[in-house]
Amino acid sequence: MASIQEIQGQIVDDFSFLPAWDERYAYLIELGQKNTLLPEEYRTEDNIVRGCQSLVWLHKECRQGEVFLQADSDSLIVKGLAALLLQVFSGQPAEAVIKADLTFFKEIGLDKHLSSQRANGLLAMVEEIKAFAAQCVGGAA
Amino acid sequence: MAIDIDKIRADFPILSTLVNGKPLVYLDNAATTQKPRPVIEAITDYYSSYNSNIHRGTHHLSNLATEAHEAARKTIQRYINAEHAHEVIFTRGTTEAINLVAFSFGEAFVNPGDDVIVTTMDHHSNFVPWQMMCERRGANFRVVPFDENGDLRLDVYQNLLGEKTRIVAFNHVSNSLGTINPAKKVIQMAHDAGAAVLVDAAQSVQHIEHDVRALDADFYAFSGHKIYGPTGIGVLYGKEAWLDAIPPYQGGGEMIDQVSIERTTYNKPPFKFEAGTPNIVGPIGLAAAIDYLNGLDFADIMASEDSVLKYGRSRLLEIDGLTIYGNAQHRTSILAFNIDGVHHYDLGTLLDTHGVAVRTGHHCTQPIMTALQIDGTVRASLALYNTRDDIDALVAAIRKVLKMLGR
Repeated sequence: MASIQEIQGQIVDDFSFLPAWDERYAYLIELGQKNTLLPEEYRTEDNIVRGCQSLVWLHKECRQGEVFLQADSDSLIVKGLAALLLQVFSGQPAEAVIKADLTFFKEIGLDKHLSSQRANGLLAMVEEIKAFAAQCVGGAA
Repeated sequence: MAIDIDKIRADFPILSTLVNGKPLVYLDNAATTQKPRPVIEAITDYYSSYNSNIHRGTHHLSNLATEAHEAARKTIQRYINAEHAHEVIFTRGTTEAINLVAFSFGEAFVNPGDDVIVTTMDHHSNFVPWQMMCERRGANFRVVPFDENGDLRLDVYQNLLGEKTRIVAFNHVSNSLGTINPAKKVIQMAHDAGAAVLVDAAQSVQHIEHDVRALDADFYAFSGHKIYGPTGIGVLYGKEAWLDAIPPYQGGGEMIDQVSIERTTYNKPPFKFEAGTPNIVGPIGLAAAIDYLNGLDFADIMASEDSVLKYGRSRLLEIDGLTIYGNAQHRTSILAFNIDGVHHYDLGTLLDTHGVAVRTGHHCTQPIMTALQIDGTVRASLALYNTRDDIDALVAAIRKVLKMLGR
């Protein structure tokens, strides 16, 4: 499996073919619709990541020290952002998740969603994934 | 005489900037308004020419700064038609002004078993401070609901009022629905019951009548940055008798008369409520904004904003599946809506790619969203520089977004 750094590089490459903002968002929304599938059983109160404006569900599993994630949102854009996070983090060793520096959001110009934490819960999602990874390393999760 | 909007727009430098390569269409004025050149220049001039601490220096610059700061108080006094300049207290904003009253009035006049009344359509800043005060004082927190159109239920309000009511707090204009509440009537009813009243004028002072004596408001709060002035400055107006009767909010320099180990006596209003070095330049910038408004005809501003608002409603309603929230009898400046099957966050984000600035979410009025059974809206909010062209740009951008979303 490609490393977190390699995947981030791939995402940046993919977006670089889309100079216009509406194209980027159209692509992001498409990614979200294709790559976020959350079984109904995981759509629970416990799995909700609180954002001020959109609802996000995040299901996390730890298997042999690796982190596996599923997510969904009621906002198409947040769903797309979640899909990118899953692409980067899901299936990665917990150690790598903890250490990962998320640079691609800035490079593809979507970092405003990361800074406006109150708006969409994306930052809360990243923090939750990292905290979960820390438990996963310890084997407690 | 109609106002010359093109000329006004030219006074606001930011309105000619580009966002995402597109001309900015700024429709987030209920969050904050843009600043005309005289405000920007007043701030620059203060820091370039006479920055100094006030009320204490013996030197030249300190005198200049003190004069400008206190002249600003008088400009604001005249704008809201307060009887005395010392009834105008400078705060950080509406939020701090309300917290001040909730605390100081609560300490002096609210006891266990008393009632405090707010409304479901109040902003969190005119809701939570009273809730906190009620908890602290053991008082009952009473809330007046609104009907399906967004009008206050005055019948329920009448029933809530009673001899236990100590204070009523309500917004003159709702930031989420645009409802203009019948302020005179709400205040009169409270006074008839023997209660004091605080008017949250954050969304009204720049759009509609703002005469505290005509309203007979006991307290009246607003923010500078929503009336074309700088951020970090707000105003609390209080009737002299109330300001004398309630204790200080914060202790420190400026607010004292004599300090000793045994006892401290307090300065008179407004200084009693202005502990520490104040935001000196804030009032100067705010006064420049008010002078700018004074240079226009307020009736013309109201007529122009109303015309753009009506045009906005009719244009938005042309869009399939669009619901407007807020159909009160009297409205101003706010166009809040949702489109079936489109998340407000998505619509707001995608409108931004077309240079259109709106706000999305619950607008710090979760009780309104709960009452409407929604989790948020898209809100376009107007200021004096908005035109029908801005509305056309909004509608065109919405149509592009809907097309992109395959709708």
